[in-house]
Amino acid sequence: MGTVTRVNGPLVEVEGLAGAAMFELVGLGPHGLPGEIVSLRGDRATVQAYEYTGGLSPGHSVEHRGSPLSALLGPHLLGGVFDGLLRPLTGAGMWLDPATPVPAHSARVWRFTPLVEEGRAAGPGTAIGSVESAGSPPYLVLSPGGEVSAIRPAGIYSADAQVAVVGGAEVTLIRRRPVRQALPYVSRLESVIPFTTGQRVIDLLLPVPLGGTVAVPGGFGTGKTVLLQQIAKWCEADVVVYIGCGERGNEMADVVAELGELTDPRTGGRLGERTVVIANTSNMPMMAREASIYTGVTVAEHFRDMGYDVVVIADSTSRWAEARREFASRSGALPAEEGYPADLASALAAFYERAGRVTTLGGATGSVTIIGAVSPPGGDLTEPVTTQTERFVRALWALDRDLAYARHYPAVSWGGSFSRDADVLMAGSPDAAARRARVAGLLDEAGRLATLAELVGAATLPARERVVLLGGRLLREGFLRQSSLSLLDAFCRPGRTAMLADALLAVIERCQDLVDHGIPVASIEERDFSPVLRAKDAAEEEIMARRDTVLDDLETLR
Amino acid sequence: MTTWAPVEYTGVAELRGPLMVVRGTRGVGWDEYASIELESGEHRHGLVLEVDRDLAVVQVLEGTAGVRARGTRVTFTGSPLRIPVGAAWQGRVCNGRGRPLDSGPPVFGMTDAAVTGLPLNPTLREPPADPVLTGVSAIDALTTLVRGQKIALFSSGGLPHLELAAQVAAQAHTGGAPFSVVFAAMGLTHADAARVRDALEERSSAGELTLLLNLADDPVIERLLTPRLALTIAEHLAFTMGRHVLAVLADMTSYCEALREVSSARGEIPARRAYPGYLYSDLASIYERCGRVRGLPGSITVLPVLSMPAGDITHPVPDLTGYITEGQILLTRDVASYPHIDPLASLSRMMRAGVGGGRTRPEHMDLATQILAALARARQAGELAELVGERALSITDRRYLAMAEAFELRLLAQRGDESRSLEETFNRAWQVVSVLPRRELSMLDPETLDAHYREEP
Repeated sequence: MGTVTRVNGPLVEVEGLAGAAMFELVGLGPHGLPGEIVSLRGDRATVQAYEYTGGLSPGHSVEHRGSPLSALLGPHLLGGVFDGLLRPLTGAGMWLDPATPVPAHSARVWRFTPLVEEGRAAGPGTAIGSVESAGSPPYLVLSPGGEVSAIRPAGIYSADAQVAVVGGAEVTLIRRRPVRQALPYVSRLESVIPFTTGQRVIDLLLPVPLGGTVAVPGGFGTGKTVLLQQIAKWCEADVVVYIGCGERGNEMADVVAELGELTDPRTGGRLGERTVVIANTSNMPMMAREASIYTGVTVAEHFRDMGYDVVVIADSTSRWAEARREFASRSGALPAEEGYPADLASALAAFYERAGRVTTLGGATGSVTIIGAVSPPGGDLTEPVTTQTERFVRALWALDRDLAYARHYPAVSWGGSFSRDADVLMAGSPDAAARRARVAGLLDEAGRLATLAELVGAATLPARERVVLLGGRLLREGFLRQSSLSLLDAFCRPGRTAMLADALLAVIERCQDLVDHGIPVASIEERDFSPVLRAKDAAEEEIMARRDTVLDDLETLR
Repeated sequence: MTTWAPVEYTGVAELRGPLMVVRGTRGVGWDEYASIELESGEHRHGLVLEVDRDLAVVQVLEGTAGVRARGTRVTFTGSPLRIPVGAAWQGRVCNGRGRPLDSGPPVFGMTDAAVTGLPLNPTLREPPADPVLTGVSAIDALTTLVRGQKIALFSSGGLPHLELAAQVAAQAHTGGAPFSVVFAAMGLTHADAARVRDALEERSSAGELTLLLNLADDPVIERLLTPRLALTIAEHLAFTMGRHVLAVLADMTSYCEALREVSSARGEIPARRAYPGYLYSDLASIYERCGRVRGLPGSITVLPVLSMPAGDITHPVPDLTGYITEGQILLTRDVASYPHIDPLASLSRMMRAGVGGGRTRPEHMDLATQILAALARARQAGELAELVGERALSITDRRYLAMAEAFELRLLAQRGDESRSLEETFNRAWQVVSVLPRRELSMLDPETLDAHYREEP
């Protein structure tokens, strides 16, 4: 038992906690508010509190919890909505009152099916049973390693009931894991497999591999949240962990409502069933925001260990960094850049390093892909969180305010973004590499010429260059722009993406050929390109026919 | 539990800016409310910012001018500040701490609530839907306010944002559903406050208005409480009494300056432009109190009004506000007529959920998109015309320029006391698009055009 000596918002100083360890959990005051020890001097500890500390006063007692901040992992996660400490919000009251916390897991029961027989050995991390009713994909109960001395038959069990004894240890459907420590695995895999987001500009120009890391910087109003929500809905992953870290409550309500309604095209179930939502909105306690990033990644690693491909979407890592800054400032740490603590860069690096495609302890292959939004103040991309994040991620999808103002969505700036794995990802397919190079080259050149045209007027450019300008426009409107509202266009399969790009490239090539044969460029610019521009809203079989309509029409000029 | 008589502390150890350090306290909790009695018998109030063993740091809402270290007595109430809530607030005019200014009795209520509020469970939030109509054409037609939304009004010096905010507060309604306005004024001049009171006179006498006035010469620190008071009152009106509430918070820049003042007096490490690093979280704790709750009839729509210093939208206050709110209405000097709304830079992110058949008009969203697209094209044409002269433009481009002019004259321009019905707004909007040839209106479907489009000769 310790005693509170000082309270300054989420910073609480405690004395009399002899034998406490760093990052150990404590309960503060009469309501046992959760907090975590972040520094120790003698028997005095500094605690960061995860709830509003109003009313907490010097003299209040403090209890050791004896364990580090941990997350309760179990079959209740899929399809659920949780706060930053992974306590369920579904079923909690209308107002989140720290004095009446919700139970850690519900009284729900689960249908368990054993996958091994008694007396067999089950290596650590191998599946000994599965829970089918927990959403899609099946939830696997993993072995702690050892001989299976007892296992329950198929049936209905509560989450904390013992379903097996392996190597002398009791196994239940749930387990507790510290969140600040990565879950172990055997080895990282070198080979790369593309992660399909369904967004054309990303999948073709800025691809990432499974297990990759991406930062998405964008000022307000650039459509950051819409893009991330689109990816959460349609990307090809087995499990999606969506962390709303210090963002809007209405948006979280929207995500949850939409995921509950949409059907997963891959499984036929609801999209919500493969999703774990961690909602720590901007008015919820600030330090739980700091923890939510870690609980989210821990959940992802837990499903990775079952052999699944998991994607973590964190919106926004800037709010996480700000929570760290706020606490550092209260605890009197010397500030580095713009008041952020000096460990900002190493904390960011450590977070993104938890991504990866690995061989799990049980020998399966699983991955964690991390996509982190960055909200640069004033849209200034030279601020510390953006610049430090850029150092550690494999890809950057920068959102551009000018594109967003022109209602060009997704407003991913193809010039200002990068993907360090693009070449490796395309290495196996020369066609794909050539397509990407051609589209990127055209957009680049069109961008350069557009600046020139603004000065001298497009009419003064040579015919070939005017076709490049035209090509840039066709690619922007017919390929890069993607509607989040149209059901057919919201998600674009890789095959369809390639087909659309090829159709447009063929049209552009024909235009080039026509001007080379002396056809006046003005007459080409006047043709009706809408069949290929609107091909993205058409059925897949129609795309080639639409291309031919435009090609035939162009032929009439000869 | 035994109730103790409140302990009076006399050990004021330090006075600095708005802060008072009290020594010898026992059992004082963080964020507790304090009342302070000066030697002269004057009463002031404060909030506990920090407790450290027997020291309590109190921020004095009325400021520390004239406070002596000796002879000042401080009592702590034992809990964070709570205020009475209920219907009694409607029709009242109070100061920034909720004390009556209208010669009426103090406000009492059956229940009370903590002014800091509690976070609303995100899983019980109902996404915003249905409009709050303001009677201002440019807002209703192009940046519709949606019930449960937070949308900011950005302005800069010399523009009539207060007039517009007062006009919206005076005219807004939700069809026949019960509706209330809570108007929190922070740092307003006497002249401005008088105008706001005049504009809202009718609403106030109808018992649909709560007005909290913190004036420019009122204690600066009191401003930190005013918006929280307003939203605590609003939450009760909305979620207990089932009313649709519009909470207008003007001017949030003055609020943020008060926050900066306290932060600097405490010697905190400053972030951008010396605003504290927690400005985002602090603003979010105010703006996020908007919303609707699943299964309950009421809603809170929050309209923060803020003046951008030097018209700079990247200044921390508008920038962080923009990150939190769901859209903005931007006033600009480039638009000559009142209400000076820049239609292209304004955006209501929730609009799609607030308009359409059964809510406003079936063609609302398409019509708004069409007008904005046309205005964007007209702006380009206008820039070109400045270079090469209007006569060198194509006939179509000239029609676009004419359309932009019609937009400003017929739809946007409006008197400060003029409330337009939705029908009138739509009639005007159709007149505006009818300046363009029908073939240019690609975002409206043919049946809608047949019904409403009347090409101007």
